[in-house]
Amino acid sequence: MKIAVLIKQIPDPVAPMYLDADFRLDRTGKLLLDEADTYGIETALQLIESQGSQGDGEVVVFSVAPKSGISGIRSALALGASRAVLISDESIAGSDALSTAKVLAAAIKRESFDLVIAATESTDGYSGIMPVQLAELLEFPSITFVRKVEIVKDTIVAECQTEQGYDKIEVRLPALITVTAKSVEPRYPSFKGIMAAKTKPCLELGLVDLGLTPDDVGSLGARQRVVGIESLPQRESGFIIEDSGDAYLKILDFLEQLKLI
Amino acid sequence: MLNEIWVSAELDGGIASVSTRELVSWAASLAQEVVAFVAGSELEANVVDQLGECGATRAICVDGGSSLPSGGVLALGMYEEIQQGSAPSAIFFEDSHQGRDAASRLSAKLNVPVVSNVVGLSIDDGRIIAHNTIFGAKEQVSTVIVGPDPSLFVIKAKSFEIDSHPKVCEVKVVDVTKLLGHLDRVKIINSFREERTGPKLADADIVVAGGRGIGSAENFHLIEELAELLGGAVGASRAIVDSGWVPYSLQVGQTGKSVTPSLYFAIGISGATQHIVGMKGARSIIAINKDRTAPIFSISDLGVVGDVHTVLPSLIDALKARRSPT
Repeated sequence: MKIAVLIKQIPDPVAPMYLDADFRLDRTGKLLLDEADTYGIETALQLIESQGSQGDGEVVVFSVAPKSGISGIRSALALGASRAVLISDESIAGSDALSTAKVLAAAIKRESFDLVIAATESTDGYSGIMPVQLAELLEFPSITFVRKVEIVKDTIVAECQTEQGYDKIEVRLPALITVTAKSVEPRYPSFKGIMAAKTKPCLELGLVDLGLTPDDVGSLGARQRVVGIESLPQRESGFIIEDSGDAYLKILDFLEQLKLI
Repeated sequence: MLNEIWVSAELDGGIASVSTRELVSWAASLAQEVVAFVAGSELEANVVDQLGECGATRAICVDGGSSLPSGGVLALGMYEEIQQGSAPSAIFFEDSHQGRDAASRLSAKLNVPVVSNVVGLSIDDGRIIAHNTIFGAKEQVSTVIVGPDPSLFVIKAKSFEIDSHPKVCEVKVVDVTKLLGHLDRVKIINSFREERTGPKLADADIVVAGGRGIGSAENFHLIEELAELLGGAVGASRAIVDSGWVPYSLQVGQTGKSVTPSLYFAIGISGATQHIVGMKGARSIIAINKDRTAPIFSISDLGVVGDVHTVLPSLIDALKARRSPT
């Protein structure tokens, strides 16, 4: 069983985010492994472990990022992934979700994977579009919002969140799944893992290696153009009180003012 | 006026969903022909009437057989219609699992981009401009699509009003069961409903929502009790949905429901960007949280810094006492 896990390296989500002059998210600061991706890595490791000794299982992480953005990859390797593929090319900057999916599809197709795992959405973009585009390009079936998954022979059986509850779904491999946060408890990297991560292979690929041209991806390939940006009026904070036993009375007053009670 | 816009439609309890009617209404104000695509082999007459009332001129049922995820089936049906010569200017998708899935699949099939998190659309010089919010709705970005049609938009609920544009809606069935390809490898074994009683979250006038700060799944009954006393719906942060304390149908936020009640009660919710996006449209916000620096306080009208486990029971008792005069 070979599993590819997609990871995104993002600016610190706690720090304020900015758009640069080209209306792109400013990614010049240190990039971190998106916490949302730690669940995908953990899911992959658990699935491999559930296979026991019967398979030569392997977890490979894939990331599209600037060459400098390797710290998030090292974090993923420290958790137990065996190697990484970093796709890095100046022409990729400014690519939209579909261009990113094309780049990842080309890289993943160089090998043969049984399963591709991604987060349901990244913590910086929150659009949740790219993984299913990638599945289509790979001609893989996909299931999204997976909260529980197991391997049964050549299929996976998963529970997926739906608008009304959940579905139990069976998918014949190869396939792509997106996993929700907190679906599993990510392990902490061990000291041994952190040391080992420094020497684990990280293959760097550029567009040429993938048989793609700048026209296919990046700003040139991105066919959506930002034409304007404006700040929206923000809510102001009202009263803040410290509870010393009677805060509930303040709440009652407020509910009365609103004529809700 | 544009020529033709398509809408990826969803049913909810046997009728066209609120979002679907919003999108069809808006499409009808922009284009002469509005086609609603629905997954399934047939459509009830009342749904056809509903779609026609909002301005759909055609409804296309995409029949992929049973047990398949509807997003993939819809994308396939739309792709086939385009292969047969249809040329919509734009396709609107609901911001839901089905909508995002269908948009992503179709985007890759047609090699056209998707604009997501859209909250508004306008037309300038014959081109559609999409408006979407970023950074927790602090800024609004306007995007034009350059390149071939159709433009694909994933649109957030409540971006548009449901409107009446009565049209005669014709129904057609497109059979894609022979064209499934890799979709055929997916089978839904069983669907489980986890819905609760009480007012529906998306339309409720009062929402009482709980987050990690309530401490445990067992404590969620306090949220339910307060909601019931106020006649409101219960909601939840993504953190406790992901932890399995409550079902996804209660999730408020970027990937959950967007709500705009008169009052939003945020209890033990810190106010991550992804949550605030879904509730900042509330007319009034009350927050209870023990962390003075929680971002939720920066947008609340009344913020109580305190322990949920003391404030909430006192509040519930006081409301009960008012309700049952002795």
